[in-house]
Amino acid sequence: MMSDHYQQGKHVLYAENVIKVYGAKIVLADIDLAVSRGEFVTMVGPSGCGKSTLLRLILGQEQQSSGTLIIDGEAIEHPDERRGVVYQKYSLFPHLTVFDNVRLGPQFTRNPWRRFVERKIVRDEAMKFIDKVGLTEHASKFPAQLSGGQQQRVAIAQALIMRPAVLLMDEPYGALDPFTREELQEFLLQLWEETKMTIFFVTHDLEEALYLGSRLIGISQFYFEGKDMKARARGARVVVDLDLGRGRKTPATKATREFGESVRFVRHECFTPGISMRVIDLPLRHPDSFITLDAEQRGEK
Amino acid sequence: MKRIREFFSIHYSPSTAVKIVLALLPFLISAGVYYKFASERHAINPDDKLLPLPGQMLDEIKRYAFQRENEELFKGSEEPVSKEDLGDILFLKDTLASLKRLVIGTSISAISALLVGLLMGMFPWFRSFGRPFVTFLSIVPPLSILPIIFIVFGVEEMAKIMLIIIGTSFLMSRDINLVIEAIPREQIVKALTLGANSFQIIWKIIIPQIMPRFLEMTRIYLSPAWLFLIAAEAIASQDGLAYRIFLARRYMNMAQIIPIVLWITFIGFIMNYLLKVFIRWRYPWYMAEGK
Ligand SMILES: Nc1ncnc2c1ncn2[C@@H]1O[C@H](COP(=O)(O)OP(=O)(O)O)[C@@H](O)[C@H]1O
Repeated sequence: MMSDHYQQGKHVLYAENVIKVYGAKIVLADIDLAVSRGEFVTMVGPSGCGKSTLLRLILGQEQQSSGTLIIDGEAIEHPDERRGVVYQKYSLFPHLTVFDNVRLGPQFTRNPWRRFVERKIVRDEAMKFIDKVGLTEHASKFPAQLSGGQQQRVAIAQALIMRPAVLLMDEPYGALDPFTREELQEFLLQLWEETKMTIFFVTHDLEEALYLGSRLIGISQFYFEGKDMKARARGARVVVDLDLGRGRKTPATKATREFGESVRFVRHECFTPGISMRVIDLPLRHPDSFITLDAEQRGEK
Repeated sequence: MKRIREFFSIHYSPSTAVKIVLALLPFLISAGVYYKFASERHAINPDDKLLPLPGQMLDEIKRYAFQRENEELFKGSEEPVSKEDLGDILFLKDTLASLKRLVIGTSISAISALLVGLLMGMFPWFRSFGRPFVTFLSIVPPLSILPIIFIVFGVEEMAKIMLIIIGTSFLMSRDINLVIEAIPREQIVKALTLGANSFQIIWKIIIPQIMPRFLEMTRIYLSPAWLFLIAAEAIASQDGLAYRIFLARRYMNMAQIIPIVLWITFIGFIMNYLLKVFIRWRYPWYMAEGK
């Protein structure tokens, strides 16, 4: 049973009442989320709140316990080429060179005959993407011979060449030094502006989330439901949803007072265990955001 | 004094020359000790067989490795002797026989272990189906079922090769299974998001990634393979290096046993080394990962 929030052409990713339970432990309580095409969504939340779990559901690596999850108009089943993914580690295949890593997707999706006939097309395409991430002279190296930042660039090229409906990134910069991290943030923003692709970026770094995203989503287990005002262990739901705008950003943005205030606001909403809000009062301010609550959850019964 | 203390401390870093000297030392000491005891015994009894002197061993090597089996018998005979009457060069025959068993046994064992390990690592149903049984089989001490092997497969080549296979393949399957399970789940998901099907994942992602570890494992399993080969040849055989050792034991012929043992050790060393070099040459990415 779906509500009428879903708009097929507009929403590339759509979740409604998504619940994920491991044994007796409720990890995701009730995720409602509609993402428009071309959005750069960043997702934050306290550690262990279920960010990676939600990502695994979107990937199709695991199935939700209940609820609806739609990608590009279809229900999600198993991982496939409609979602690209970049992990913090293990995105690249250690036994393949940079070139072979990037070329892998186009090769996998062609039958042997087309792989042979179009091998030049595939090669040029791969080189184009390697060029785009600035690693042309490293094309014949193995991942272990690259720096952490270079490896992540290759991983991005490897995913982008498939032109996925959504590019999922799970703390992709978590293991990088601050300088490389900043460099790759700029690089990703530039790439996003160029390609207008939809990105779903998980991070535990609030500043990174606020800086990169055109939309910020916070999930957390700290909120109240119904009449029950006692704090107790719950599954996570979306507790913050902000429209950050799609305007051009520069590193200087991070130094403004406004930016600092946003950081404090989200930290207060999303990362402070002592402070919880009633579900009806959550700051879900993005135009696409919605929440499905029954009367009991609203506290009317 | 200070330098001596430095030498025995954990901070000491030996130069290449010192390293070589230190490495040679145990070899030289044991050779020296052996020679001392051997010459003492020979001073009392010049025909001592227990601790043969290098000269005796050289004679045996000459007879075993450079003469045909029956050459002694026809010595001094006037008539021309046919090659068949002379027989084989036993050293060559034994070495080839042993190597053939070892290589065939280990290859079959490794390839079947790769298949089973791969199936267990990839398909949950096969893991549940096969792993408990393979674990059970891998714990059965192979030598304890040696009589069964001889009863079932006879005492010919088949039995010796089977002993090597039974002795190593179950353990190898489990090891390969572990290697495959150690491949991060992310790699499989990643390949799926690049549009791979199951066959491509196995053929392009899993197998190439485990290949160097697989060869490394095969290299390590050569040691137990030798063990089972020697056991099989000792009990039932007409040729082979271990057969020759156990035959020589009947005549207390230490002068032949010691060189053969050294020869087996040398073969093991060379096989080990060649596989290592091959892995380094064929899988540069594996070395780049520093494993
Ligand atoms: N396969 C699983 N089985 C049981 N519990 C799990 C499993 N995966 C994750 N969890 C639990 O779900 C919670 C959320 O984990 P995760 O999604 O990794 O959080 P995050 O990515 O936000 O740090 C954790 O408490 C974790 O213990």
